[in-house]
Amino acid sequence: MSRIDRRFSALKAAGRTGLIPFVTAGDPAPEHSVALMHALVDAGADVLELGVPFSDPMADGPVIQHASERAIAKGVGLADVLGWVRAFRERDQDTPVVLMGYLNPVEIHGYERFAAEAVAAGVDGVLLVDCPLEEAEVLAPLRAAGLQQILLAAPTTARERMAKLCEAAKGFLYYVSFAGITGAGRLSTQDIAARVADIRAHAKAPVAVGFGVKDAQSAKAIAGFADAVVIGSALVERLEGAVSAQDIAARAGDFLRPIRRALDEA
Amino acid sequence: MPTIQDFQNWPDAHGRFGDFGGQYVAETLMAPLAELTEAYLRLREDPEFVAELDRDLTHYVGRPSPIYHAERLSRHVGGARILLKREDLNHTGAHKINNTVGQALVAKRMGKPRVIAETGAGQHGVASATVAARFGLKCVVYMGAVDIERQKINVYRMKLLGAEVVPVTSGSKTLKDALNEAMRDWVTNVADTFYIIGTVAGPHPYPMMVRDFNAIVGREARAQVLEQYGRLPDVLTACVGGGSNAIGLFHAFLNDRDVRIVGAEAAGEGIATGHHAASLAAGRPGVLHGNRTYVLCDDNGQITETHSVSAGLDYPGVGPEHAFLKDAGRAEYVGVTDDEALEAFHLLARTEGILAALESSHAVAQAMKLARELPKDGIVLCNLSGRGDKDVHTIAAREGVQV
Repeated sequence: MSRIDRRFSALKAAGRTGLIPFVTAGDPAPEHSVALMHALVDAGADVLELGVPFSDPMADGPVIQHASERAIAKGVGLADVLGWVRAFRERDQDTPVVLMGYLNPVEIHGYERFAAEAVAAGVDGVLLVDCPLEEAEVLAPLRAAGLQQILLAAPTTARERMAKLCEAAKGFLYYVSFAGITGAGRLSTQDIAARVADIRAHAKAPVAVGFGVKDAQSAKAIAGFADAVVIGSALVERLEGAVSAQDIAARAGDFLRPIRRALDEA
Repeated sequence: MPTIQDFQNWPDAHGRFGDFGGQYVAETLMAPLAELTEAYLRLREDPEFVAELDRDLTHYVGRPSPIYHAERLSRHVGGARILLKREDLNHTGAHKINNTVGQALVAKRMGKPRVIAETGAGQHGVASATVAARFGLKCVVYMGAVDIERQKINVYRMKLLGAEVVPVTSGSKTLKDALNEAMRDWVTNVADTFYIIGTVAGPHPYPMMVRDFNAIVGREARAQVLEQYGRLPDVLTACVGGGSNAIGLFHAFLNDRDVRIVGAEAAGEGIATGHHAASLAAGRPGVLHGNRTYVLCDDNGQITETHSVSAGLDYPGVGPEHAFLKDAGRAEYVGVTDDEALEAFHLLARTEGILAALESSHAVAQAMKLARELPKDGIVLCNLSGRGDKDVHTIAAREGVQV
């Protein structure tokens, strides 16, 4: 059983909703990336999503785009991100790590090489935003190496296609809660609840809901019907400008703990 | 790659041109792309749609555009005859209108009241704003802040046509960033919005659809050259940024194996300097803006900033069909520098009384090189894809002239 599957079974057994924070790797301070990962776990994260900076993040909003630009300006690349996961694993062998990003950095790195290095570093899954199921042949070496491809599902996804996604889902299925980019603020809880209930009934993996979740209140609203909640832009925004390891850890903790509490109370 | 028998029969059902093309987009876009593909495939077989498009191409755009033997330019160069396909004479002054009329008609048939577009030089933005006005659609154009500065006249032109121009300040503030921003708008507003992509890039069906709408350039030109000269040209050339005017000219000739095909990319200050936009001549296969194609990127996979004196060629990717034609050996792609394009611009102005767009001036420069290699009775067919009025300020500034 993969680390992601183990974590979701444990959550289910405990009747808890998973908390999946997203941070852009290398932002706000590349040298404190590993400390940030540990701080997120200490504050209650169940799975970590680490964004691999890309110059042209088409599906992301301004917050994550600017975080990417800041990280790239500091020279952060895929090799750095893999290095941080390796360092994180020295102290934490249990928290699953998913790399989220776009295809080109992986394509240029080489699929075989990336697969081997990612598994060796302790990466558990990849979510490549611009690689839908139809183009996923290129990821065969990643699957062969044991990396789980996290798939996205959207409100615009047609019924027939949703069935295919539910069938193919590995690790968890990531439902983006409105038809838009990351970090915008439109969310009708009822719509999401109905759709997610339908997906959970069919999906062969747990369902995480994200895009537009920004605080304890909006996370709690989703906790009732999702297996996990993903929080990205609001966290990245909170971390922006932090310089010291202490400040970064404090901001991450202060942001995440109330959300953790809200999920556990829901 | 296996030997290709029929070059005109691409992409396949998945939108792939061999190893290139496809639909590398976020899940949110899969449904709108499927909807668009279905609608377009149906419409292109619909006689009523085809007739409506033909009517507008004739009476609104002003087609067919002539081919013109640039005799004084040819004599100056001292080689083969250079024929210019005069897309600069179209309504709005470039080939871009062929595509926007087509896509606006598709939008109208799909019941989408709002269109969005991205633009580099502003030509596609103007062409989109134009057809939006013509068909009564609301229009929003995304444009990099740097390009807005370079192309003030076109920005004002779009506003006069009733479009809203949104400056994009992320990344390099040029065409690729405008494309990212337009994609985001589309993802957010898919229900009522049609995205008019201006080049043969992006996810399937765009490379196919935009090519189909521009392919009239090559169909006309092929018939015109045959009729007026009784033979096919020896070689074709066109400038390649995203590559829509080039594929428009090339497509009708792809199975004429004796016709050599040469695309002129922007070599900027020279490919060796790194300041260029020659994705095919100097890039590598990668994934950008929804398709697999040749891209300019660093070893971390980050797309690199490009340079060209012409905003319309300043793009780090290229249409996937060009990538396919390059790898199949059917077309060659070479770099033309800023200086060479400027020199061609001036020469064409002085010898023929034609102000070419800076983009098209790259093709003219390449046509001159090709003409020199051929005997006097040879024929070089060059796509003069747009007129240069929009570039007058750029040229004046570059040459230190106060206008």
